[in-house]
Amino acid sequence: MEAGQISPGLEPKASGRGGFSRALAERPITAMIVRRSLLGLLTIVMIAIIVYAATTVIPGDAATAILGNTATPGRVEKLRAELGLDEPVLTRFWNWATDAIQLDFGNSLSGGVAQTQVGQTAESTPVTALVGERIGNSVVLVAAAAIISTILGLITGVYAAYRRDGFFDTVGSVISLVASALPEFVVAIFCVLLFATSVFTWFPAISVLAPGASILSEPEKLVLPVLALVIVVTPYMFRMTRGAMIEALDSDYVEFARMKGASTTQIAFRHALPNALPPIIQVVGLNLLFLAGGIVLVEAIFTFPGIGLLLVEAINGRDVPTIQYIVILLAVFYVALNIVTDVLVLLVTPRRRYPR
Amino acid sequence: MEAGTITQADRPAPRQGPALGGRVRRVVGDALGTWRGKVGLALTLIVAAIAFIGPFVGPSSLALEGAPFEAPGGAAGTLGGDALGRDVLARVLDGGWRILLIAGAATILAIIFGTAAGVVSAYRGGKVDSLIMRSVDVLLGIPQLVFVLMLLSVIGAKTWLVILSVGLSQAPQVARVLRAAAQDVSERDYVKAVAAWGVPPRTVIRRHVVPSLISPLMVESALRLSFSIILVAGLAFLGLGTQPPTADWGLMINENRVGIAANPWGVLAPSILLAALAVGTNMFSDAVARANLAGGRTGDPSLDLFVTASADPKDAQPLEEVPK
Amino acid sequence: MSELNGTAGPAVEVKDLTVQMISSKVPIVSGVSFTVDEQQTIGLVGESGSGKSTVGVALLGFARRGLEISAGSVRVGDVDMLTLKGDEIRKARGRLVSYVPQDPAAGLNPAHRIGTQVREAFSVHEKLGKGELAERVSDLLAGVNLPDSKQFLRSYPHQLSGGQQQRVAIAIAFACRPRLIVLDEPTTGLDVTTQRRILETINELARDYRASAVYVSHDLPAVAEVASKTAVMYAGRIVEVAATKKLFNEPRHPYSAGLLHAAPSAAEANRLVGIEGRPPRPGHWPQGCAYAPRCPRVQDDCLRAMPELRPLDGGSLARCLHPIPAAAGGAIQVTAAPTPQRLDSTALQVEALFADYSGKGVLREIGFAVPRGECTAIVGESGSGKTTLARCLVGLHSSWQGAIRFEGEELRRAAAERDRNQLQRMQYIFQNPFGSLNPTMTVTENIEEPLRHFESLSRSERRQRALGILETVHLGQEFADVLPNRISGGERQRVAVGRALVVDPEVLVCDEITSALDVSVQALLVEQLRDLQLQRGLTMVFITHNLAVVRSIAQNVIVLQTGSIVEAGPVDRVLDDPQHPYTRQLLEDLPTLEPGEPTATADSAG
Repeated sequence: MEAGQISPGLEPKASGRGGFSRALAERPITAMIVRRSLLGLLTIVMIAIIVYAATTVIPGDAATAILGNTATPGRVEKLRAELGLDEPVLTRFWNWATDAIQLDFGNSLSGGVAQTQVGQTAESTPVTALVGERIGNSVVLVAAAAIISTILGLITGVYAAYRRDGFFDTVGSVISLVASALPEFVVAIFCVLLFATSVFTWFPAISVLAPGASILSEPEKLVLPVLALVIVVTPYMFRMTRGAMIEALDSDYVEFARMKGASTTQIAFRHALPNALPPIIQVVGLNLLFLAGGIVLVEAIFTFPGIGLLLVEAINGRDVPTIQYIVILLAVFYVALNIVTDVLVLLVTPRRRYPR
Repeated sequence: MEAGTITQADRPAPRQGPALGGRVRRVVGDALGTWRGKVGLALTLIVAAIAFIGPFVGPSSLALEGAPFEAPGGAAGTLGGDALGRDVLARVLDGGWRILLIAGAATILAIIFGTAAGVVSAYRGGKVDSLIMRSVDVLLGIPQLVFVLMLLSVIGAKTWLVILSVGLSQAPQVARVLRAAAQDVSERDYVKAVAAWGVPPRTVIRRHVVPSLISPLMVESALRLSFSIILVAGLAFLGLGTQPPTADWGLMINENRVGIAANPWGVLAPSILLAALAVGTNMFSDAVARANLAGGRTGDPSLDLFVTASADPKDAQPLEEVPK
Repeated sequence: MSELNGTAGPAVEVKDLTVQMISSKVPIVSGVSFTVDEQQTIGLVGESGSGKSTVGVALLGFARRGLEISAGSVRVGDVDMLTLKGDEIRKARGRLVSYVPQDPAAGLNPAHRIGTQVREAFSVHEKLGKGELAERVSDLLAGVNLPDSKQFLRSYPHQLSGGQQQRVAIAIAFACRPRLIVLDEPTTGLDVTTQRRILETINELARDYRASAVYVSHDLPAVAEVASKTAVMYAGRIVEVAATKKLFNEPRHPYSAGLLHAAPSAAEANRLVGIEGRPPRPGHWPQGCAYAPRCPRVQDDCLRAMPELRPLDGGSLARCLHPIPAAAGGAIQVTAAPTPQRLDSTALQVEALFADYSGKGVLREIGFAVPRGECTAIVGESGSGKTTLARCLVGLHSSWQGAIRFEGEELRRAAAERDRNQLQRMQYIFQNPFGSLNPTMTVTENIEEPLRHFESLSRSERRQRALGILETVHLGQEFADVLPNRISGGERQRVAVGRALVVDPEVLVCDEITSALDVSVQALLVEQLRDLQLQRGLTMVFITHNLAVVRSIAQNVIVLQTGSIVEAGPVDRVLDDPQHPYTRQLLEDLPTLEPGEPTATADSAG
């Protein structure tokens, strides 16, 4: 054998492809970001089409549907004009889309329409402003829940895999099965019952704030909503981490490491964990996605001033522009999150990061 | 070489009858043998019984018996009074069947659409596959509840629309799971063998791909039902399901929230039932998933059909096969 | 690292090793005993289920999941591995005894760089300064003919070839100069040339480092190349131990003889003699000798009690009450394989075939003729394109150009476009017995499938045909309504053959159908196919990478190298007098049961 000959994967590629695609092939991370971004853009466009169709095109005469049968013809006309419902569909969509890209989603329709039970709706303020003042709170809620549940889930999951079939593992698995099945609004109710009204009264049952205020100014109102979310999300994190670690621990390379004489700690953290990271990262991403949807009910229960509650109010008030904006925001969040997750997974998977 | 002599029959008795039904029965049987399966099915059946039999045995759920949020044991009934003084117990008994029926219908819709999309996508591959999976990704980009809310926002919560939206929100996930399973099966040599005889794709799918999908389908169905129930109840909670004064568990939780300190049962009773139902269906689905994986008990990798991610890899250990 | 200067006794002594399942206490391996001298390599041979791999890892005091070592001792030097606990055993692994895994790609951690993994072999046991560590790594890699460049050390396992990965694993095993190395089928999955190089490397290193080795394998010729002593395992026990040369020339235990006579040889076209039936599964070990149910020499007393492993005249140890007499040379007749009549007509004609796989060219300018009634083998290593070629023939792979003519009629590219009649007359059998039968259908249902498609028969007629085919492939009626998961790999392949034959084809395309089978099972299948071919006048196209099997079954051979035909012709001519350097290389690198000269020192047994 020719000593000194290196494997083909390490030699410079003598490829006949064009310079651009060759450059992309050699930088898989950049290539992935580019590809995913383009796909992501397409996804957002498709979602925008669906959103627009669902809220204004399909329901027939959207204006009447929005205002209800009791509305005066004058009001209906005004709304029609405002939403541009007289023009052909494609023109309408085009106008809406071009406005949207410039972040003009119109004004809230809630002025003058039936009020919801709780919370105030603004009269004819731009939708973007309306959402802007509340989105910070939701971000805090989601971030807090995400961070706590990730750390908790990781630690318990790794430990359960480490001491497989032990007491902690068995009990943990059962608890996680039950907890993750519970609907989040039921969990929220239980939290209220337990900690706010009936058993203990440590925390407020409602998290109302003055309009425009940040939740960080009254953190005790953050506790129960976060708790509710954490209870629902942590078990999933636990199960996936445990599963990923077990798969790594059962692998041939871990067996080989044991044959080399590596210690159990070394095996768990140096050998198994790096290989368990890709699925774990994906789970964290999935959790964040789930949280983005889960805040709707949780915010509704606690009257937490975030965009989840705003969405509920908008639905009840048939405030179409607000609905559109929030859904599109969530879609953008979803796409961005997917890209980040995929890139992170790529970074920790040498087999994909450095192709042969 | 002379004609083969078969050695000792440490061979089990041959199986009679169609192998397919046998497998389903076997997997479900195994699932019910575990405590998860038993508890899960029990919980589900108990709550379903309450939901469907309840309306016939309970007193009227609309009558105003007592004072609002009256304590249990008074004029309102065993569980006290709700926000308007109606009998909580009666309303609880009457408040489940609508949710179950709507969720059930939505699940069936999701399964039909999702399976069709997933299987076609897997077997056809190429452009059809890309198109379908791209659509699935797009639909998955909106959280389920938000998606349903959006569809209901303008027209309102008509029953048919609720069923359609909830079903539509669940279908993409079914499509994904079934596609992965179907792809896995399509790549097996026995499917290729049949294709090599020139058998038309439709027949190949029907006879050879679909039967192997029964197990992941069962798992997904139970899981989707679980999610659908939660969604429908959540919608009712937000005022987008059954309208007052009809009794509905989700609606009750919202209606009676205000008086939670005075009489928690108005909220607690429907919550417990919903939780039990969700946990039950989930547990049962998990048990079936594990039983399916453990179908590799004979050490046969070709039986390792695709299972949803909730299945615990630890149960995949073959139980009696020889390591090399 | 202890020195053992002139101490009497072997370097490694295994006594009464027993491994059982933790839950049911069912033994997997029982009463295994053998010794290994210093610098000696002993082969541990057996088929699947024999427990050889379990013994291999037990030598490091290791038991796989669900198993425990329940009895016995493994003495290496002065240390009994099985008495060590915790930290002690951890220190012994890698330093006193080390291990080379079967699948290097799986054994190396995909997330760690090569340099890290090699360095770890040292750092786990010794504290070395940076400079010294680098030097040791360099030396080690040089010893296995790998570069020590920064680039190489910084690469990841997936960037290396299979052979390089295995050499890294071997280097890691030798790093701390252990007394004993356990090699677990280290050349499985590697092509013949790479395998030869690995075997040479192992021999060199064992010599240089003065280590003893246990070479676990099912591949008899490979064992013959490295081991001076060999132990044969069957159903969890050792059934024979002897000097390798002696074992291969004069096996005493009937099972050893059976194995040897099942192994094909590239030098002569003999009938292969397989062994019917299957070994008993753990928990189902019979009262008497485990091999008795399948043994041609069985007598009444064999069934009563398990024989002990006792020394025989001539120096071998055998676990048999009626071992084969010493000079009998195996006691099984070796007969030349019958060949079919030359018909001088062509069944398949391939011309100017080019094929590609997702854009990349896989086959270039392929042209050959398949004579009717004969078996034509297509030989190549992995990557040669042989499977793609087979798939093009039957239309499973449709991106090809050129012409394929079946009895003069040109075939369409994809099976879906072909004439039904053409499809029926040419049938395909897959390599993997575990994937080629529908697991939700019974054996007869599987066999009936093609009948459903190609012929219109009533249900009872179909069943009759299926049952008839079962007989043809020597499977009893009790197999009829059983699910595939209940039967063994060899039996499944027979069902697959039956399924192909039930529609009375003229051409059988067999794609590596014996590669996944044990040698004794392979022999059965090969002979069965030969008989069927002779009886029915079938034309066979037999894809394989194993030149020895080619000799046994084929009359013509085509040699493929990276997509092109490098040599073709009658089997005798090509294998006895190869013209192309590639063919020559393949034959040279092929391990044989009669190596040129003994590869290790003393011929002592026991």
